[in-house]
Amino acid sequence: MKLYCLSGHPTLPCNVLKFKSTTIMLDCGLDMTSTLNFLPLPLVQSPRLSNLPGWSLKDGNAFLDKTELIDLSTVDVILISNYHCMMALPYITEHTGFTGTVYATEPTVQIGRLLMEELVNFIERVPKAQSASLWKNKDIQRLLPSPLKDAVEVSTWRRCYTMQEVNSALSKIQLVGYSQKIELFGAVQVTPLSSGYALGSSNWIIQSHYEKVSYVSGSSLLTTHPQPMDQASLKNSDVLILTGLTQIPTANPDSMVGEFCSNLALTVRNGGNVLVPCYPSGVIYDLLECLYQYIDSAGLSSIPFYFISPVANSSLEFSQIFAEWLCHNKQTKVYLPEPPFPHAELIQTNKLKHYPSIHGDFSNDFRQPCVVFTGHPSLRFGDVVHFMELWGKSSLNTVIFTEPDFSYLEALAPYQPLAMKCIYCPIDTRLNFIQVSKLLKEVQPLHVVCPEQYTQPPPAQSHRMDLMVDCQPPAMSYRRAEVLALPFKRRYEKIEIMPELADSLVPMEIKPGISLATVSAVLHTKDNKHVLQPPPRPTQPTGGKKRKRASDDIPDCKVLKPLLSGSIPVDQFVQTLEKHGFSDIKVEDTAKGHIVLLQEAETLIQIEEDSTHIICDDDEVLRVRLRDLVLKFLQKF
Amino acid sequence: MDPECARLLPALCDVLADPRQPVADDTCLEKLLDWFKAVTEAGSSLLLLQDHPCLVELLFHVLKPQDLSSRILSFVLRLAGIFAAQENCFQYLQQGELLPGLFGEPGPLGAAAWAAPSVRSGWIQGLHSLAQHPSALRFLADSGAVDTIFSLQGDPSLFVASAAGQLLVRVLDLALCGPAEGHISLQAWDWPACARKIVCHLEDCLRSEATPRVTQALHVLTTAFGHCHGLWTQGLWVQLSPLVARLLEKDPVPAPHALVDLLLSVARSSMLSSDPGLWETAAQTLSRLSPTQAGPLAAGILKLQDCPQALRIQAFGVLLQPLAFVLEATAQAPGMPGLLEGAAGDLMAVDTLPPSKSACVGLLCSALAHLELLQPLPQRPSPWPQAPLLAAVVAILRLCNGSAAPNSEAGGRLCAMLGGCVRVQRAALDFLGVLSQGLGPQELVTQVFAILLEYLVSPDSSPTVLKKAFQATLCWLLSSAAPPGCCDLEPYAQLVLGELLSVLRKRLCSPCWEVRDSGLEFLTQMTRHQGGQAGFRQALLASEVPELTRQLLQDPESYVRASAVAAVGQLSSWGLLAAPSSPEHAATPQKTPLEELLLVLTTDSEGFPRRAVMRVFTEWLRDGYADVAEDPERFVARVLQAASGDLDWEVRVQGLELALAFLEQLLGPCGPSAVAPPGALAQALQALCRVQLFEFAFRSLFDCDRPVAQKSCDLLLFLRAKAIPSSNSQEAGDGPDVTSVEAALRRWQAGEQGQPLGELAPEAVLAVLRSMDLEALQDTLAESSDHVERSPQSLLQDMLATVGVLGDNEADCY
Repeated sequence: MKLYCLSGHPTLPCNVLKFKSTTIMLDCGLDMTSTLNFLPLPLVQSPRLSNLPGWSLKDGNAFLDKTELIDLSTVDVILISNYHCMMALPYITEHTGFTGTVYATEPTVQIGRLLMEELVNFIERVPKAQSASLWKNKDIQRLLPSPLKDAVEVSTWRRCYTMQEVNSALSKIQLVGYSQKIELFGAVQVTPLSSGYALGSSNWIIQSHYEKVSYVSGSSLLTTHPQPMDQASLKNSDVLILTGLTQIPTANPDSMVGEFCSNLALTVRNGGNVLVPCYPSGVIYDLLECLYQYIDSAGLSSIPFYFISPVANSSLEFSQIFAEWLCHNKQTKVYLPEPPFPHAELIQTNKLKHYPSIHGDFSNDFRQPCVVFTGHPSLRFGDVVHFMELWGKSSLNTVIFTEPDFSYLEALAPYQPLAMKCIYCPIDTRLNFIQVSKLLKEVQPLHVVCPEQYTQPPPAQSHRMDLMVDCQPPAMSYRRAEVLALPFKRRYEKIEIMPELADSLVPMEIKPGISLATVSAVLHTKDNKHVLQPPPRPTQPTGGKKRKRASDDIPDCKVLKPLLSGSIPVDQFVQTLEKHGFSDIKVEDTAKGHIVLLQEAETLIQIEEDSTHIICDDDEVLRVRLRDLVLKFLQKF
Repeated sequence: MDPECARLLPALCDVLADPRQPVADDTCLEKLLDWFKAVTEAGSSLLLLQDHPCLVELLFHVLKPQDLSSRILSFVLRLAGIFAAQENCFQYLQQGELLPGLFGEPGPLGAAAWAAPSVRSGWIQGLHSLAQHPSALRFLADSGAVDTIFSLQGDPSLFVASAAGQLLVRVLDLALCGPAEGHISLQAWDWPACARKIVCHLEDCLRSEATPRVTQALHVLTTAFGHCHGLWTQGLWVQLSPLVARLLEKDPVPAPHALVDLLLSVARSSMLSSDPGLWETAAQTLSRLSPTQAGPLAAGILKLQDCPQALRIQAFGVLLQPLAFVLEATAQAPGMPGLLEGAAGDLMAVDTLPPSKSACVGLLCSALAHLELLQPLPQRPSPWPQAPLLAAVVAILRLCNGSAAPNSEAGGRLCAMLGGCVRVQRAALDFLGVLSQGLGPQELVTQVFAILLEYLVSPDSSPTVLKKAFQATLCWLLSSAAPPGCCDLEPYAQLVLGELLSVLRKRLCSPCWEVRDSGLEFLTQMTRHQGGQAGFRQALLASEVPELTRQLLQDPESYVRASAVAAVGQLSSWGLLAAPSSPEHAATPQKTPLEELLLVLTTDSEGFPRRAVMRVFTEWLRDGYADVAEDPERFVARVLQAASGDLDWEVRVQGLELALAFLEQLLGPCGPSAVAPPGALAQALQALCRVQLFEFAFRSLFDCDRPVAQKSCDLLLFLRAKAIPSSNSQEAGDGPDVTSVEAALRRWQAGEQGQPLGELAPEAVLAVLRSMDLEALQDTLAESSDHVERSPQSLLQDMLATVGVLGDNEADCY
């Protein structure tokens, strides 16, 4: 069993598991941090950005892709754990010869589609006149300013995919529900379990008859909107692959939400605007819910909230229809009838308005001071670029970063100098290390495998021994482009016996509770299923009817010697030898058993746990006599 | 006993003796016992029993085999004990062989009823009551009760077990404190047999391998030394202290908590604390017990008035040890003075803390709490290691919020254990606040402010931690304003203040109401103390805090509104509530704080903000706040009008308080009956009439809430003392006609509050005041509202009524 690690980013994992002749890709996250090396794509031509010294608009948008560690066309299935971890799907399904199936839950697919649609839309609506790729040549790259010259494997950076590729990739997905068992080629069974992190997010169990591998990726134990995490089903795993923990282990999501609200209120009360760069789904639902409760108490009911995204409308509406994927509290609201999320009420009362982009209706309705939620959190493309340019000059305004995926300082770099206030309130509801250690204590996997980042404290806080995965035995770690042999051997395989063959068996009890029987049969293996069938009868020559019936029952194979079992009690054996006339017997103890020495007959009997040897000089009669004496102590069947 | 009770008693006894009658409830029986106890303490029990044979019958009734409820059985046992507490009554009961029947083998002891804990408890309490005289002692010795008490010490019911221990002490005291006390030998082997038996039992227990038995013995000894002061206690300690000391040789030491309690109880006893062996044992205990177990003993020793200096040093060392460990584990560079240097550093190796997180947290919290209690005591250890303590607390706070970066392995473990631990944070912040009463080196004070600011800024601080951080910050800011009162903050504190206000600004916008509330409380306190300082005023006026405070008057949470009211009151009395500068507000005329608070008083739906407004107004009136001083009469009239109609009685009481303040301003302070000069009086009365103070006061006099009426009564008494010289209080012959006023008052008293009093002339007021018996009213009001219901007569009636004996209400079954 091997694990191929294709991503170095612990929260955007991409691993391939080879298990019992199947090749399973676990997630295909897209690490977009390389976009931070590029300039923002403005919606309106920005003289400031295009005239920055030493920079020029170059290749639009590039993303880190996979290394050639494994032939991706051999991947049989891809299991997706949540919508953030499927953003690289088109790169894999469309250009590698991939012919397998992708499994994901319905909300994952729908919201993943929204995220991809938004991404494509952001990129395609500001087409580039020219593109450059010569700089990716290693010799030229060396001459570029830092950090570009230090970037690794720029040659694998790719352009953004198109909507067509997205649609084609999504068409290869097969929808699954929680706890549904999916057979893969009869060899293994995979099952998604609720992971509590996002709508439809799942952990996966991959099991055969005797082995169980759990894949835990992006899970949360907090009570937010999704269904709670299913921990019980992860028990008794041989291997637990642990990825997607919180990126900000020191920030408690609750206090960050409090911080978010305080800063928002403070800015708006002073007449400033608040900009929240965010993804169109996920934490934004919880933020809107908190604000729903908070705005009245903070006296902010007259402040407009704008949600601007090409998929804003679909995102808000989708969230309300996936009732079965929501936490219990929200599920019950569906029967009331009330919308599960309170943002519906915010929209009805005109406090929250959503627009596909800043063009069109938005420019008519726009009123300040206001709060704007828009993408992309990298600040490199999307409507957020416009608001950064618009509001960056006034110290009354505030930008509040809630998504932890990008370094906010790097994201802000091209906008400097900036008068606007910047607040960093990363909200990451995924498991923290305390929760992980509780989870591992409860689930008790035999082995834990995780990215190497999780096995040591963060580099900036090397003394925080509490900020790492702590388990016994210590977790195995992997890094990008590593192949890991998982530390357990398959020892058993399940084989079925045909009923008629089973009928012919005559078990013999050799110990209380344990019976044995010999079986002669043909092992038939097909589709990873093994069946013992009765041995074929000898082909009858024509005219065989004349033969005696008795010969029919003689099996084709030669007569088997009986199998022996039991152990030889040395003292009794020696007494028996003496009774049969052997004298001058010496017994020596050895490491493995005993040696009985018949000095007179110059014969040696070695008795060990699993073998007995009689060594004598060409005296076959003596040997057979001794053999029969030995056999008296053993059971035959 | 009054005749009515005597009349009801036989019926009650019948009810109690009848197993078919359900008895009201346990509280009734308890009250009944209390009453009998009071009756017997006031007079002779023997006479009581002779006058009321029904009581004796009740006692005897229990002896008959029958199905009495365990409650009644327990009650009778206790009742018999109360009667038998007097020796002649004891003998009277003995004649009828009643007591052996109740407390001896033939009684409930052997019966099935003994299985009920309440019966066992009643048995013990009964004996406890009767163990008052030598006859009782003989009875106890003869009846074999002492053995039963021994076995009850291990009773599954904790109440029974603990009462059994106390009874043993009572018996010991009785045996040794008798008339022959002068002759009691200090040697226990000369003691009476009964006492010897108990001492032997205690010795056996102390020698036992079973921890529960050791614990029982230690509890008994603790009670004995804590409650008994006879000479014999010395003998007992001499006899048993070697056994106690031997407990320390066992590993682990059995029953450490009980042992600590015992040692402290001995040390506090004036009879025994002169024993040098005691201090030796205490010292040994300190070093044998784990730091967690030894903490309470160390703290107790340090609170003692006099004990050997060496022991004090050792005890202080125990308390400091956890902090010293923290200091050592987090030390960036050697050179910082250690906490235990010069103390008992060599006695204890500062090397380990408990391995588990909860034990470590518990140890730190208790050490911090003990030190916090010690700090203000006069007998606190001296020299007090202020600087290392400060450094240790700062280190703990840093470990808790993750900002410490210790190099050592121990530091790393601490970091992981304490990270985010709210309990330790709270304890450390409390202690840090207390430490502000001493000074520290400037460098450390800087660190203190830095860590406090970190806590105030951090979004991870929980609301309770934040509240404590605010309180500690206030303490430190005030202590750094030296010399007190006359000077600005120190330059560093001034710097801190700037950052503090920007934090406060954000905290006042927090979505968590507790945070907004503690922010406002901090602001109020800070302004109260520093409102006059130029530095503070400047910083505050430059921030948006005053404007935010004003906005919080509309907060949805009533507690926050109340705090905002207090803050606005405080800010505006220092003139710190400047009109907002933002342009959009400029168009609408800004309300004055007075108007805003009046609006809260008249419109707020919750009581807390309205009460807060009344407190602010009273303070304003007393302090002569500018807006009020302009036209106090108009102010008082408006406030009283609002307060008199308020549904919350506390607001009305506050209204009377404000009225009293107004009276004092007009007539001079409340003092030894200085009658106001006539001219001033006439003017004052006119003013009081104009603000309709009398209508409010008279109405309050008949308020359905007693505190309001009491307050009003006090107010009117004060006014009468000021206005009417005591000599002519009866000269009401030719006064104005006040019949209509008095008629209105009578109607009010009867509950018809609707009708107004109309215009009142000062003379009429005086006449009414003269004619009213305010003193009598005051006495009536002083009695608690249930004084009628609490009488024994009422109790007996109630109990009889529940079983239907009193009334004619035979159940009608149709």
